[in-house]
Amino acid sequence: MTQRYVMSIDQGTTSTRCILFDQRGRLVSVTQREHKQHFPRPGWVEHDAVEIWRNLERIGPEALAQAGIGPGEVAAVGIANQRETTVLWDRRTGVPVTPAVVWQDTRTDTLVDELSRRPDAHVVRERCGLPLATYFSAPTVRWLLDDTDGLRERAERGEVLFGTMESWLIWNLTGGPDGGVHVTDVTNASRTLLMNLRDLDWDPVLLGFFGIPRAMLPEIRPSSETYGVARRVLPGVRISAALGDQQAALFGQTCFHRGEAKCTYGTGAFLLLNTGTEPVASTHGLLTTVGYQIGDQPAVYALEGSIAITGALVQWFRDRLGIISTAPEIETLARTVDDNGGCYIVPAFSGLFAPHWRSEARGVIVGLTSYITKGHLARAVLEATGWQTREVVDAMNADAGIALTTLKVDGGMTSDNLLMQFIADVLDVPVVRPMVAETVSLGAAYAAGLAVGYWPDLEGLRRHWHRAAQWTPAMDPKRREDEYDNWRRAVERAFDWIKPTAG
Amino acid sequence: MPGPVQSIERAAAILRLLAQGSGRLGLSEIANSLGLARGTAHGILRTLQLVGFVEQDEATGKYQLGAALLHLGTSYLDVNELRSRAINWADALAARSGEAVRIGTHLQGKVLVVHHVFRPDDSLQTLDVGMLLPMHATAIGKVLLAYDANAAAAQQDAVKDGELEQFTRRTVRTHREMSRMLATVREHGWASDVDEAGMGEAGVAAPIRGYGGLVVGAMGISGATERICDSGGRPRPDLVGYVRDAARAVSRDLGASRW
Repeated sequence: MTQRYVMSIDQGTTSTRCILFDQRGRLVSVTQREHKQHFPRPGWVEHDAVEIWRNLERIGPEALAQAGIGPGEVAAVGIANQRETTVLWDRRTGVPVTPAVVWQDTRTDTLVDELSRRPDAHVVRERCGLPLATYFSAPTVRWLLDDTDGLRERAERGEVLFGTMESWLIWNLTGGPDGGVHVTDVTNASRTLLMNLRDLDWDPVLLGFFGIPRAMLPEIRPSSETYGVARRVLPGVRISAALGDQQAALFGQTCFHRGEAKCTYGTGAFLLLNTGTEPVASTHGLLTTVGYQIGDQPAVYALEGSIAITGALVQWFRDRLGIISTAPEIETLARTVDDNGGCYIVPAFSGLFAPHWRSEARGVIVGLTSYITKGHLARAVLEATGWQTREVVDAMNADAGIALTTLKVDGGMTSDNLLMQFIADVLDVPVVRPMVAETVSLGAAYAAGLAVGYWPDLEGLRRHWHRAAQWTPAMDPKRREDEYDNWRRAVERAFDWIKPTAG
Repeated sequence: MPGPVQSIERAAAILRLLAQGSGRLGLSEIANSLGLARGTAHGILRTLQLVGFVEQDEATGKYQLGAALLHLGTSYLDVNELRSRAINWADALAARSGEAVRIGTHLQGKVLVVHHVFRPDDSLQTLDVGMLLPMHATAIGKVLLAYDANAAAAQQDAVKDGELEQFTRRTVRTHREMSRMLATVREHGWASDVDEAGMGEAGVAAPIRGYGGLVVGAMGISGATERICDSGGRPRPDLVGYVRDAARAVSRDLGASRW
């Protein structure tokens, strides 16, 4: 039987999706299932890893049925996943020993403070390229090992396994307790704070720093390589790729050359720039991370600018203020006025991420006068995403020493024409949207298809990329500078709001 | 003459009930007030919820009037919402057909382009979003004229004033020609324009429907006549199929069940 399709599994923060692609990278079928978000205490965010696995058991076969095919016609499956979310499970029973701790969870903030004050804390950034923050997996694993009696001993004996979502799903797909393969890929491993960025292996110094036993960790493999064959859900299908979702989007946007960048606009926004086969250390508040690794080729690195709140500000406008009833209406409302009327919103809801990394900052609305209408506020909401992108792009240009010439965009907010035009205006470079908006899924599919020879090479994949829309800068340079200056002054007003607690 | 439709009468009664007093009622309260079986009341409430006339509070399970009812007078589907819901299918249509895709709605006797996907050949193209197109000379416009009563009324006023604007010698000219053309569109469920808006240009479009089949816009491809049409000058059946499939897929996502 000819293998005509490649499947991707996108295990995201709010849902899991299965998509089948054909040889030309076109979408054939889509299935999706949301999972519950658990908020047991303020600052805690958890998922049920079993619920996510059950969802995959359901939507995988559904995607095949929708296309009217059997697993025999699928050449390979690739996985893209929410990054950093931590699962610990029992090797013998396959049952998670704690709820999965999501990347948004801040339960480790005290632990992270303590760790940062240690004299040897500098080893973290030196060896893994990332700052010590609650966002990454290692502090979470440490916290869980400390929190549950006997867990550390079981982990040391290799009875309890750690994995991010792709590890958990691959282990289950390949048999679970019955011979499941315990692996992760370089991009996901690069987000744990435990992997040496140059060796691409677990770093003994970092394992020692965080007190995490090696026996519980998965084997680190390239992003595009066959890890095993599925025995459940998609029996007989090769599992041939895994990437963190943002890296998958970089791959799906075919940013294979040094200097190419993409930005994915969702709840937050993530701008990744391909920096080639050498990691670039950031001096401007960006993260150094692995972009992808194909088979035994050298790994390709990336600089990442993470913006915490972009689409989430629109959601806040909709759900908390109730000014609009659906997210796309923000554009309709913003178009009722010609400009922001002098109003700026800095959405530092939980501090500011790149390039500032100010956890004590909080959101501000500045420039309010009796002239301001909800239309001006809607503009300010959209412009906040544009200016935050500009700040990250400026940092990238400074760190990488090469100026961005085009920004490839994807994600839900790319359907907002006003926003896309504004981003082109403030960056002063063209903004282009590719024809397949599902770049995360496409990237996982590309990496999987590449591993099994379904697609021959990267250049072949590049030929699938087509421009669906392009926005060209049209803002007067003087106005751009004035507005940017206003934005920067607004950001300064968001700083230093939360006072440090005494002691 | 057929008698009143019972379920509509009951739905109206439920809306009146919810519009009174506190405005939040449970299923039993509603069923008891109207003397309906719980199952019957629940079925009607579910349907009203589906079309947005009723909302259910997640925590209490109680029902209240929906936001869609309050905005009944304004546009039923925001154009930016329409774009957001259609974007994946529009991309897929462009990839499959190899042509540019546009989605249009009716605005004061014209077609307003609300979404545009470039022809996937990476040639230089500019976004047409926000542009106004003539109704009578474009496939999208013809679909809107055929299915959107308000669009048709606006156009009829224009025809009364005289001849329709001529872009080529093939542009439809008179009211009678147009009526005949629109009857064909309704019969086939899709529309085309061939050398009517400009020589050498052609398009195919199909309706996008929401709940109950209400046409909220039209989606179509456009490009060079020699690519869109076969040697007989008719739109290629495979392209027509792609356009109709894509428009149906968007309609299904918007809640149109039968199309």
